[in-house]
Amino acid sequence: MEARGLTKHYGEREALKGVDFSAAAGELVAIIGPNGAGKTTLLSILAGTLRPDGGTVDSPNGDVGWVPQQAALYRRLTVEENLLLFARLEGRDDPRGAVEEMLELTGLEERRGELVARLSGGNQQRVNIAIGLLAQPAVLLLDEPSVGLDPRQRARLWSFIAGLAERGASVVFSTHDIQEAERYGQRMLVLADGESLFDGSAGELREAVGEETPGVAGADFETAFVAFLQHRGH
Amino acid sequence: MRWLLLKDLRILRRSPLQAALLVAYPVLIALLIGFAISRDSSEPRVAFLNEIPEGSRIAGGNGRLPAVGVNEQICSRVECVDVADRAEAEAKVRDGEVLAALILPADLIDRLNSLSTLSPETPEVEVIVNEEDPLKARVVDDRITALLAEANLFIARQIAEEGGRYLDLVIEGGDFDVLGQPVEILGLRAVASILQQLRPAVPEGQRAELDRVIRFATRARDNLDVAAPLIDRLAQPIAVDKQAVSAPTPPLDVFAIAVAATLTLTFVTLLLVAGSLALEREENTFARLTGGLVSRGALLAEKIGLGVAAGLVVTLLMLAGVQLFAALEWGRAWLWPVAALFGGGALAAAGAALGATARDVRAVSLLAFMLALPVALLSLVPSGAVGPGLYDAIRVLTALFPFKPALEAMTAALDPAGPGIAGPLLHLTILTAAYATLARLALRRFGSV
Repeated sequence: MEARGLTKHYGEREALKGVDFSAAAGELVAIIGPNGAGKTTLLSILAGTLRPDGGTVDSPNGDVGWVPQQAALYRRLTVEENLLLFARLEGRDDPRGAVEEMLELTGLEERRGELVARLSGGNQQRVNIAIGLLAQPAVLLLDEPSVGLDPRQRARLWSFIAGLAERGASVVFSTHDIQEAERYGQRMLVLADGESLFDGSAGELREAVGEETPGVAGADFETAFVAFLQHRGH
Repeated sequence: MRWLLLKDLRILRRSPLQAALLVAYPVLIALLIGFAISRDSSEPRVAFLNEIPEGSRIAGGNGRLPAVGVNEQICSRVECVDVADRAEAEAKVRDGEVLAALILPADLIDRLNSLSTLSPETPEVEVIVNEEDPLKARVVDDRITALLAEANLFIARQIAEEGGRYLDLVIEGGDFDVLGQPVEILGLRAVASILQQLRPAVPEGQRAELDRVIRFATRARDNLDVAAPLIDRLAQPIAVDKQAVSAPTPPLDVFAIAVAATLTLTFVTLLLVAGSLALEREENTFARLTGGLVSRGALLAEKIGLGVAAGLVVTLLMLAGVQLFAALEWGRAWLWPVAALFGGGALAAAGAALGATARDVRAVSLLAFMLALPVALLSLVPSGAVGPGLYDAIRVLTALFPFKPALEAMTAALDPAGPGIAGPLLHLTILTAAYATLARLALRRFGSV
């Protein structure tokens, strides 16, 4: 997946300012930045649910899985009914088989008959992700996927996502959690106020942070990252 | 689209309150309309107490007017509920069992007869009403006023008729009954004729005076001939010549059924489509669906289809329920679904446009309700009820919303003698296209994050 010069305005506000982006097959890319940085806007444009004002996106044709930040589920349908509906809409040859696969993958087999409205936020997020995976996408876009999950569920989620990347899928996720991005992202895109500040590995980001903000040398990565943003005027 | 439709139906089934309202609402409306129709409102229930002594008659000159059958006259105009006394009449009015009580006091005929004497008294009937609300008070006033006007007219006609007979007697002559004894009245015609025959026998010097008497008798006869129809007209000097300039209006019960069916169609379709579309946004599924799974146009078509199908079923159920109370024209039954389909289509498209402008189901439901109810009420405002400028504004406003053309289509479908259905169907088709376009444009906003 590749995007060039993406711009987007919400009224007077410039949400994206000519952002470039790319993700190779099997790569795990983290998009990090403070609130209002443009992370969700960028992911929505990459997912095709939002039109950019400028720039281009090249993605595997119709093969992008999208897991929005807020669970996009029908609360009055059961887990199984939600999965089956989207499997059918995705045009899966064997929708019931796909549902079984996702139930097993997310560990929700025993809750399959439960209404989504009665699930915890974490379990709803698991269903949300499972729906994003139904298309067996070449690129999976996840907007803050670990929000609302307990540590055990979070570990399980990242293990699962890592497995997808190992099988050749490009996985792009946004997060507020710098440690999470450092731990799971092979590459990081730093956004602030719609501007792309950095694109590289966690190690390269550490180096850049150390160079630009020597005063916080020895501080934890999150403190250094905040100092880096402030140094860049954000 | 099939899976989305099934999904929506399943969600609807899982929302017991919504589903119950969808079924209960038309049934309730059907029952209310049915009861209203089966209780013919043109004959209100009135407690009736006639205290006039048996055999009392209105006097006319030295005689009495024929018996008029007061009870029959009144009870043919209202649904009479017989009561034994004044207390019972009052109780029935207070309990709301009857709209009013009408009491004819024992001295009514005596007072009527006193009008032709030197000491006239005002004849009065007693009316007991329960004016618990202004609308009811107005209805009772109108009914009682109309009833008394009819009674006065009837009595005036009787008197005029009797007066006419006396005039005939004066002109043509005949027998007149005084205290049981017949008295011969010669009559002006005979007087003139007799005097004319006697004229040659009268001395010439006295003929001039006789001629004056003959001329008087002749002129009086001719002029009183003219007076008879004048007296008759006194009872009702102004006659009504009613000419309708509009298309024939449907019978009241058919119109009431059409209003009920259209209201049902409106609320079910509008609320369902608007709510269902808003639900996609509320549950964040809109972006997921339109991110490559279905086109926005297909999603819109699915929602409109859902609304039309639900509206059609519920409206036909309502009409079937009304059928228990009022005989509908089954020969036109094929037009009912046509009217419901076209009306439902326009209402569903309007619901989609509304659903695309609101962010959650509750807000859009409230918006739909707040829009539909006043528009429906405005659509029922007849011409002449408000000023011409305001009525023009109401016409324009109601023409922009599908309720009125849907009501016209439903009325045409139900009423065999009513206006044609083609005009309303064309109007609804235009509104469907316009609202669907608006909804399509508004749906673009849904993709915003």
